[in-house]
Amino acid sequence: MKAFADLLERLAFTPGRNAKLALLERYFRDTPDPDRGYALAALTGGLETGQAKPALLRALVGERVDPELFAMSYHYVGDLAETIALIWPERGTGRDIPLTEIVVALSDAGKTDVPGLMTRWLDELGPSERFALIKLVTGALRVGISTRLALTGLARIGQVPIEDIEELWSGFEPPFAPLFTWLEGGPRPEVTARAPFRPVMLSTPVTQEDLSALDPAAYAAEWKWDGIRIQAVSEGGTAKLYTRTGEDISGSFPDIVERMCFDGALDGELLIKRDTSVAPFSDLQKRLGRKAPTKAILSSHPAAVRIYDVMTWAGEDMRPLPWSERRLRLEQALADLDEPRFDVSERLEFTDWDGLAALRADPPAAVIEGVMLKRLDSAYTAGRPRGPWFKWKRDPMIVDAVILYAQRGHGKRSGFYSDFTFGLWDGDTLVPVGKAYSGFTDEELNRLDRFVRANTIDRFGPVRSLKATLVVEVAFEGLNRSTRHKSGVAMRFPRISRIRWDKPAGEADRLTALTDILDGMGA
Amino acid sequence: MQSDSFTQLLLPRPEGLYCPAGDFHIDPVRPVARALITHGHADHARAGHDTVLASRQTLDIMAIRYGAEFARVTQAAEGRMDLGGVEVSFHPAGHVIGSCQVALRQGGVTAVVSGDYSRVDNPACAPFEPVPCDLFVTEATFALPVFHHPPPQDEIARLLASVRAFPERAHLIGAYALGKAQRVIMLLRQAGYDAPIYIHGALQRLCEYHIEQGVPLGDLRPATMYKAEAKTLREAVVIAPPSAFSSPWVQRFSDPVIGFASGWMQIRGRVRQRGVEMPLVISDHVDWPDLTRTLRELNPAEFWITHGRDDALMRWAELEQRRARPLHLVGYEDDAE
Repeated sequence: MKAFADLLERLAFTPGRNAKLALLERYFRDTPDPDRGYALAALTGGLETGQAKPALLRALVGERVDPELFAMSYHYVGDLAETIALIWPERGTGRDIPLTEIVVALSDAGKTDVPGLMTRWLDELGPSERFALIKLVTGALRVGISTRLALTGLARIGQVPIEDIEELWSGFEPPFAPLFTWLEGGPRPEVTARAPFRPVMLSTPVTQEDLSALDPAAYAAEWKWDGIRIQAVSEGGTAKLYTRTGEDISGSFPDIVERMCFDGALDGELLIKRDTSVAPFSDLQKRLGRKAPTKAILSSHPAAVRIYDVMTWAGEDMRPLPWSERRLRLEQALADLDEPRFDVSERLEFTDWDGLAALRADPPAAVIEGVMLKRLDSAYTAGRPRGPWFKWKRDPMIVDAVILYAQRGHGKRSGFYSDFTFGLWDGDTLVPVGKAYSGFTDEELNRLDRFVRANTIDRFGPVRSLKATLVVEVAFEGLNRSTRHKSGVAMRFPRISRIRWDKPAGEADRLTALTDILDGMGA
Repeated sequence: MQSDSFTQLLLPRPEGLYCPAGDFHIDPVRPVARALITHGHADHARAGHDTVLASRQTLDIMAIRYGAEFARVTQAAEGRMDLGGVEVSFHPAGHVIGSCQVALRQGGVTAVVSGDYSRVDNPACAPFEPVPCDLFVTEATFALPVFHHPPPQDEIARLLASVRAFPERAHLIGAYALGKAQRVIMLLRQAGYDAPIYIHGALQRLCEYHIEQGVPLGDLRPATMYKAEAKTLREAVVIAPPSAFSSPWVQRFSDPVIGFASGWMQIRGRVRQRGVEMPLVISDHVDWPDLTRTLRELNPAEFWITHGRDDALMRWAELEQRRARPLHLVGYEDDAE
């Protein structure tokens, strides 16, 4: 538990991706089985949790600590698990309880055993491990890393590509012993689970200039939908819905899983669809992460899948076939299925790149984020090979905004002000609308850093409030309405595309530049 | 014994604690005629007093900070002294080099003003000496039961594990210039880390002073190398005052691990707020168990709380049926720890 708690703490405070990967790699390499397997499950949301509720923990600590002192402490610390971990009067026995012991004991425990187990562990562990324990049992681990990052860290301990791990890992149960044996040089394990995940084929970005070197007749084009890429697998009576990293999200989408009456593995985009119209991504977000969706949300936010490709069908592996052949099989299969919640992604007719550019410039729905290009002769290959599949995203939206706050960066940007909050005019005040920390060169970063130091009007911890003089062009991929932001809008993937050293702040855009776009989208 | 019976000996005033019988202040936050100073931290040892009485080391530190002429008259505390009919003596507080508690005695009543104090071993200063008293004046910087500072050796072990796991990333540890910086260096030495330790210029004079006073710090080097040289460092530990992390000085290190040695690092919110990657819970104040243990051990008729979390300590006093009084003294910085 010590090593696991230490890993969680360092992951929580380490901002850089590479540093996080190094921590994960070291943990998976140095920690024995089965602890590391249970840790992998915990990091990827695959452990059963919720055995102890916050109310139980409050009751336990209430037996040890004066309620008034507890209330003052909780008010100061601001997090229940952390307060209990720190205030628990025992200092720990120094014995390190293996993570496995805790996971196994909890899964064997009846409801009445949990308070006794928790009390014993809280007495025996130190504060940092108590924190990890409480977060683990209350199901609120939130370590701030994605499943893919955890698997990438895992891949580093062996000579195995991440795609192979993605294909296999969901086929095993924690603590994934065969997986670790394989990573450390053992035999590749056979997946025995039903309806396993298969690694996904991904595309690379392309620009109009790149396209001129390619033959339009060799490619098929489809819309690129702004949902989430999924894999729907139904085999031998088991149906599962996976994300493109192999995360099982069947539980969140029963309305899809119950309609998967076929035998095969399909690759597509999960969307929210009302009649024939596809809702914005923000509607899909309301369904993501809900482990047990209510009837109300199932009917107000009905899910659908737009199928791009067929990987297996009726026991046959279609992946080696060329795209054009797979496409025919897919159309036939979906026609037989006759299920309105599954449809085939439309194939766009075009003869040259200018023709496709015209389609891309004027898509029939706001939730389309560009076009996909797939070589007609391309087999379905795992990973991100360059060439067979391209994504040609629509041009980003752009506003001119004023930099309002700057925050120091981390890692390679330590000591540089590199994280910027920018705002737009609303009347004669500037309203913050987003944050950006990329899009500039190292040279520009140096100049921005000097600008921040010379134009600071106030400081709050690591944040500086700046004189509103510098205009930047902000590029972004999409917009949502937001009740959490004062401006009422939230941008997707904002970054600084140009620094307008020349432009006076008064000429920056108004907030209506964004709200007009939202009104136009009908969002 | 009532609060009233102490008022000849000690009174809270806007400029700090005042002894009417002896006509002097202890750690005043504004210039006064006669000041007794417990230790050299800038919020306790301020410039501008006419006469200063303090430990020899505290006087030295004030001279380093404010110049040799920082007061018209200075006197080094020694033995039992008589100040206007009040018997005054200084006793180790275990906080930083030269830190002392001040004991006042008159008419059979003893009051002890502890200043800032710690019960954890610190090679730079003598350990806290419990002085039996009727009135004990305490700080309450970490007076919440969530503050259980771990053994500092464990924190240094975590730091060294990280230094070895990420040898190419310099570990930059924020530590206040007087006391904490040298404490971190000594703990590293005790743990067997004998490589050169790089220090920011703001720490140099006080580190030298520790060495002069017989506190061994090992091989210290200035952290003013060029970027190219900084890149070649392996397993490097750099100590700097926390304010240095917002100055361009830090830009010479590529991809450093930023740490901070402070009792506040026990609270994750504080760690995040400061953008710290390697929190080190190393404090030179008493934590909750040591604070409450000290109060039980001394068992004074009454205790006063100068600054910090007095609400929780007042609640504890109520539960323990002890007489206590919050003074709400202004001007002492909780954050500089």
